[in-house]
Amino acid sequence: MGDHHHGPAKGLSRWLFTTNHKDIGTMYLWFSFAMFILGGTFAMIIRAELFQPGMQLVEPGFFNQMTTLHGLVMVFGAIMPSFVGLANWLIPMMIGAPDMALPRMNNWSFWILPPGFLMLASTLFMEGGAPAFGWTFYAPLSTTYAAPSVTFFIFAIHVLGISSIMGSINIIATIMNMRAPGMTYMKMPLFVWTWFITAFLLVAVMPVLAGAVTMMLMDIHFGTSFFSAAGGGDPVLFQHIFWFFGHPEVYIIILPAFGVVSQVIPAFSRKPLFGYASMVYATAAIAILSFVVWAHHMYTVGMPVAGELFFMYATMLIAVPTGVKVFNWVSTMWRGSLSFETPMLFSIGFLVLFTIGGFTGLMLSIAPADFQYHDTYFVVAHFHYVMVAGAVFSMTSAVYFWLPKWTGRMYNETMGKVHFWISFVGFNVTFFPQHFVGLAGMPRRVPDYALQFADFNMMSSIGAFVYGASQIMFLYNVIATIVSGEKVSDEQVWDGAEGLEWTLPTPAPYHTFEVPPKIEATPAHG
Amino acid sequence: MLRLSRNPGADTAIKLAAVACAMFAFVFVVMVPLYDVLCDALGINGKTSNVAYTAVPAAIDTSREIKIQFIATNNDGMPWGFRPQVTQLTVHPGAATDTIFYAENPTSLPMIAQAIPSVTPSRAAGYFHKTECFCFNQQPLEGLASTEMPLQFVVDQDLPKDIRTITLSYTLFDVTTMAGNTIAAR
Repeated sequence: MGDHHHGPAKGLSRWLFTTNHKDIGTMYLWFSFAMFILGGTFAMIIRAELFQPGMQLVEPGFFNQMTTLHGLVMVFGAIMPSFVGLANWLIPMMIGAPDMALPRMNNWSFWILPPGFLMLASTLFMEGGAPAFGWTFYAPLSTTYAAPSVTFFIFAIHVLGISSIMGSINIIATIMNMRAPGMTYMKMPLFVWTWFITAFLLVAVMPVLAGAVTMMLMDIHFGTSFFSAAGGGDPVLFQHIFWFFGHPEVYIIILPAFGVVSQVIPAFSRKPLFGYASMVYATAAIAILSFVVWAHHMYTVGMPVAGELFFMYATMLIAVPTGVKVFNWVSTMWRGSLSFETPMLFSIGFLVLFTIGGFTGLMLSIAPADFQYHDTYFVVAHFHYVMVAGAVFSMTSAVYFWLPKWTGRMYNETMGKVHFWISFVGFNVTFFPQHFVGLAGMPRRVPDYALQFADFNMMSSIGAFVYGASQIMFLYNVIATIVSGEKVSDEQVWDGAEGLEWTLPTPAPYHTFEVPPKIEATPAHG
Repeated sequence: MLRLSRNPGADTAIKLAAVACAMFAFVFVVMVPLYDVLCDALGINGKTSNVAYTAVPAAIDTSREIKIQFIATNNDGMPWGFRPQVTQLTVHPGAATDTIFYAENPTSLPMIAQAIPSVTPSRAAGYFHKTECFCFNQQPLEGLASTEMPLQFVVDQDLPKDIRTITLSYTLFDVTTMAGNTIAAR
């Protein structure tokens, strides 16, 4: 196979054996969208059951399986792989590299994902049903009281953990070794920076998650007592280990989203990003702080007051670098020459709604107040504001923003805008009322609820159906673009977009930057 | 800087893989023991010592009276009868005190139980010393048999002045089928 400048192979083997970062990125993106639809289907079942009080459609046990799988599939199957797909597509193009540093490992880290999720989904058809202990799988619910399918769940977590670790090792190796001459660290686009930091977080904490599920496996099958009080262990230990992984994990999800927004907002403000260096330092600060705040997820387990105070203040401290970022995005728009194409709409939607989610996060960080909020729908509302309006809106913005560069065709702008407004309204109708029912005491993860919550829950369900349906429009728009979208020949696509990827021909050829580009001496971001 | 491969990308990858493996090991060899050590040392979580306290002879502080309450609970699915002889005692700090818990196995099969203690307020855990306790060992009991289980404790003279009541709670776990336990009849 000595031929140079060959195009993609034909047929199925192109996708099975590909080592091309664009092919692998595409597969990650399609796979994560399929998982988004699957997790969304679970959410629709949850909201249908909660449409009215009383037991309507499903058994309580099945309802618990739905909440569990919805969380697992969305976090590990939809959001994380979608951003890995984006990284695969964009990082080499943004730093002037011909491909990822380890293309074969790249192929493997994608291809172990589908079998992992197939295994997780197959637990639905097993005796005793799928995991029903919540996506946080607290022991002893996930050990002593779990259905036998928990062993398959553990193995699935191992597989997707290995996939994430390999993916992030590849990203770090690419960024450290493959930058074009002159592309210094402080000239890298912010999306590359946020992924660089995210990848370090992943390498550090995915093994901790693997350790937690390994301990569960040993407790269940090999008679150890890591989480069993009878044998000298402690169930609370599980929560500490889980959240030592889990809190960095939420930043793993949101930091690449910050990166996307930091590319999109300057493009449609036609101004360089405000405060580039402070954005980099703020991202690093958020990542470092994420390791010392985990116990704010478990204020009610009976920690000493000193512990509650430490974790409360450390958590509040995170609002400072996050505030720097929000300030910088707003300042980037200030006196900018703004235009509101679909990617910009989703990024502004992100900015507004993520900030609301940040504020409710501050409320939850207050230990004495959290005793009331803990495990209520207020928490559900909070993390959907940061996960959906944060990560998913940003991801959607990214797809609209770079789709013309990827496919050489323009999406339908009107349909994109309609998608945004339906999503925006549907999302808020779904999750805003959940703040109120949560503050009024409605617990999360229950299939039935008291009558006084009926109206707000019906609103929530209607909003969820609208939001869910609007994603079909998104899918249609993307497919229609690929098949028959209006051709774009302009390299730049968006007149305000900055960065190496926009210097490439449109659509981006199969092989790019085989000769490293020349980087200008002046940084692109003011 | 140490180079592990001629390919710089592979070199970075090998080093990062080593970090990932180290983090996996970190959970087992650092986080778990550290949690136990911290809980023991600080009395967090109401955990009290699992080994007998060897008392330092000290004066009995008759100026203070501490109310000690006993609670006996069965873990989910544990069929035994389990209760303290007295639910409440008043003691002076420094004085060794004895009491008894009753246990009864109502099933016809031999069983093994393990009691796990917890002290409230958790701040008092470090000052509540058990010199003899049935919770130090697993408790086997034949079917339909009952037994008296002894407890001897001392409240430390250094107990903070604002603590006047200490609650000692035991939860009884069925460990008959746990690893290392073999009972032929089962």
